[in-house]
Amino acid sequence: MKILVAVKRVIDYNVQVRVKEDGTGVVTDNVKMSTNPPDDNAVEEAVKIKESGKAKEIVAVTVGEEKAQETVRKALAVGADRGVHIKVDGIIEPLAVSKILQKIVEKEKPDLVFMGKQAIDDDCNQTGQMLSALMNWPQATFASKIEIKENKLEVIREVDEGLETIEVNIPAVVTCDLRLNEPRYASLPNIMKAKKKPIEQINASDLGVDTKQRIEQIKVEEPPKRKAGIKVANVAELVQKLKNEAKVI
Amino acid sequence: MSVLLIAEHNNKEIRPFTLNAITAAIQIDPDLHVLIAGNSCGDVAKAVSAIPSVKKILHVDAAHYENFLPENFAPLVVRISENYSHIISSANTFGKNLMPRVAALLDTSQVSDIIKVVSPDTFIRPIYAGNAFATVKSNDAKKCVTIRPTSFEPAATSGGSATVEKIDGAEAPNISKFIKREEVKSDRPELGTARIVISGGRGMQSGDNFKLITAIADKLNAAIGASRAAVDAGYITNDHQVGQTGKVVVPDLYIAVGISGAIQHLAGMKESKVIVAINKDGEAPIFSVADYGLEADLFEALPQFLEELNKLNTIQK
Repeated sequence: MKILVAVKRVIDYNVQVRVKEDGTGVVTDNVKMSTNPPDDNAVEEAVKIKESGKAKEIVAVTVGEEKAQETVRKALAVGADRGVHIKVDGIIEPLAVSKILQKIVEKEKPDLVFMGKQAIDDDCNQTGQMLSALMNWPQATFASKIEIKENKLEVIREVDEGLETIEVNIPAVVTCDLRLNEPRYASLPNIMKAKKKPIEQINASDLGVDTKQRIEQIKVEEPPKRKAGIKVANVAELVQKLKNEAKVI
Repeated sequence: MSVLLIAEHNNKEIRPFTLNAITAAIQIDPDLHVLIAGNSCGDVAKAVSAIPSVKKILHVDAAHYENFLPENFAPLVVRISENYSHIISSANTFGKNLMPRVAALLDTSQVSDIIKVVSPDTFIRPIYAGNAFATVKSNDAKKCVTIRPTSFEPAATSGGSATVEKIDGAEAPNISKFIKREEVKSDRPELGTARIVISGGRGMQSGDNFKLITAIADKLNAAIGASRAAVDAGYITNDHQVGQTGKVVVPDLYIAVGISGAIQHLAGMKESKVIVAINKDGEAPIFSVADYGLEADLFEALPQFLEELNKLNTIQK
């Protein structure tokens, strides 16, 4: 079995995001960037499946600017075998990303495609579902447990009401929840080894995919600030305020 | 052209977030049609026909729609989408799962999780876990939009009389199968829709200490939440987690106990109407978003809090 894992470079989840004063976006200069957290879970799951002997090869793929390669390199350091970097600059919407990934899937012919359930920058939560639609494959989103059966995948999904179990045919796209596993850290020797693993670079423009924006970003602004609250002296005052001032209890 | 809303239901009742999505949908275009696809879901169609904002219902019954598998749903939505300018659903796990599949098949760039309708093609949506709001304009002819339910009031459910049209289903690709759904059974309100939420963080120090929270939740008929730190420490199960990586909640009252207020937690609760923070560290970031801050040891404050609530004894359900 061959697994393709898609990873995205985003602003690190611990960074306090700041909106640019001109309203064109958020500040990314000199800001720490990392792999999108649930994409780490996707890589981890692929590596675990390979370690269990059920997969032979893991290909890590990313779509983005030059530095997006770092996320592929990180995936290689935790166990992916080789990388693919589709180079493209500027904002690229999930629909375009999924069309690019479709080209890579058609070329690589993986049995499974894994990625995070959502990227923590644009919070779109679309790419996995879109890719599976374009491939006419089944999708298993918000996966918190994956079990490979003969030509099928049994997946437990985290849904609003609780947990849902589905079975999908292979090939399939799986989007990973943070509960799926505990991503490992790359060891120093593995980081060194990863530097020797191959990363193929492809220009998005060579894939014949229309990547132009369909959605105009008119402005980005700070959310309205909450007005400063007050400190209460004790519990009795708190309860009085909640009852008589805020009228919420 | 009209707006098509894909209803979420359980074949018996409409799920509540669909009502919030209806409110957003009619702000886009008042000519609202609702698709109700399921198995023996006539009762749902009947109930939705009484929603005054709904003009028309498209009702499909087929075995392969019983469990809302997106592989089966998407071809149906695509087939009937021809007559609509917008396809809408709620941005919960139902809509998040289904809508991008529909959008990709329609070659439309989806607008996810909107919190405001500016005009039929322009919307505001939170990005970076709500740390920024983006105003976006969709230039696609047909727009696929998902609605953040907590940002819109639920639509009224009685007084209307929409027409119900029975339509045929689409073919199912038969590439996925539903096995089972384990609903978390609880006497408490659901975290996502509760009027009051009380959450504990790392400051609770143990799972056992959450009984202090539970006692107050019982008294207030509140849902119980937790920070990621409390979940990671194993004090409580992850379905309680509030935050960017857990649930986004917008209750009337949010009480954060022993929670420092990490960015990722704030993202999940800072739109709450009234926020209370109880923390012994007066410098904790949670105080910067709290309407009422109590700098105190939670192990003293929580029993006192319960005692004061008992004195009031006028808690509304």
